[in-house]
Amino acid sequence: MRSDYSKILSNGLWHNNQALVALLGLCPLLAVSNTVINSLGLGLATTLTLILSNLLVSSLRQFILPEIRLPLFVLIIAGVVTIIELIMHAWFYELYKILGIFIPLIVTNCAIIGRAEVFASKNRIMPSILDGLAMGLGFSFALIVLGGFRELLGSGTLLTQADLLFGDAAKDWKINVFDGNSGILLAVLPPGAFIGLGLLIALKNAFELRLKATKSATSKIYE
Amino acid sequence: MTFSPPTLAALRIGLFSFIIVGLVSLVYHGTKDKIADNERRALLQSLQSVIDNRRYDNDLIHDKIQLQSSGQAHTVYRARQAGKPIAAIITSTTTQGYNGDIDLLIAINVSGTINAVRVLNHRETPGLGDAIELKKSNWILSFNQLTIEDLEQWAVKRDGGNFDQFTGATITPRAIVNEVKNTTLFFQQYQHEIFQ
Repeated sequence: MRSDYSKILSNGLWHNNQALVALLGLCPLLAVSNTVINSLGLGLATTLTLILSNLLVSSLRQFILPEIRLPLFVLIIAGVVTIIELIMHAWFYELYKILGIFIPLIVTNCAIIGRAEVFASKNRIMPSILDGLAMGLGFSFALIVLGGFRELLGSGTLLTQADLLFGDAAKDWKINVFDGNSGILLAVLPPGAFIGLGLLIALKNAFELRLKATKSATSKIYE
Repeated sequence: MTFSPPTLAALRIGLFSFIIVGLVSLVYHGTKDKIADNERRALLQSLQSVIDNRRYDNDLIHDKIQLQSSGQAHTVYRARQAGKPIAAIITSTTTQGYNGDIDLLIAINVSGTINAVRVLNHRETPGLGDAIELKKSNWILSFNQLTIEDLEQWAVKRDGGNFDQFTGATITPRAIVNEVKNTTLFFQQYQHEIFQ
């Protein structure tokens, strides 16, 4: 049982990372990842959507006939996203303004319907919630790393506008690394998102290759 | 009574939709007032960025009219002090920018001088055209307290006018200078209708 849960976690965060391995949900990933705070905002909203939609799909899975499962998934996901959008509009107004169209567009993030289909419709509630959490965190992780990379290269700061998410107390969380005027403009523009994501995927693959190489090297010694 | 499987499936989808729409409308009713309050506050904040709130005493948000000029719909908010007109705050959009629409808020005093101009929305190139934001540079303040006396002067320097352009971005400031000029001329022409 325990190993099941840790497998769900490691799948979501690393082995089957929705952004870096499955390459799902790239539209919001590329469009919103221009600062750490935007990334964090969209990451949290996506994670919450994943958890709630997995929870609903899993708890209703007896009533979801295979023939009509796709329209029902879409209904559930659209409902969850609309509710999250309303809540953000009411309590995180500034962030809502910045994320704009990308909140309703969470509906079209294939990662969410993918998890409903592959996991939540076949598993019990607790593992499904954990799967939603792990997949969401994995997606947010990729978003935040990409956001940090682009913000740092493009404008020389990190955590700018943190007050949008954390209230007025966070106004001075912003870290100025170097003067923004000497930033690389390309990083903030859409091509920067593509290049950054490419580098991120390459980095992950290189890391795994190296891991595999050391593993096979040690096993050879024992042979 | 028995139903055929397709009918059952359809009924089930109907039931699901009913429940989900019910949930969404519950949340909608719970957040409605807060959202309306947010919108009102944000609007007031942007209006007060172009006019000092000590200069008027009316309900600025609701004292507004819609006007058409050359195919564009403007919303005009009217600032009054003790019933007397003080200034008009006009929303204006130019399509002449480098990338998409630029939405402006222009406050013009009854004397015809421009009180202040702010950019509400734009998608100009970060690092080049976005110097029109007050966050990035003071350029937009160069409109403060200007009047239109000599139309020739109302252009960027490259076109022989008085306004600075940015290094690498002439189109954006040119679009804004033109739009502010046109809106101010529009105000001068229709001032009486606006404050009726």
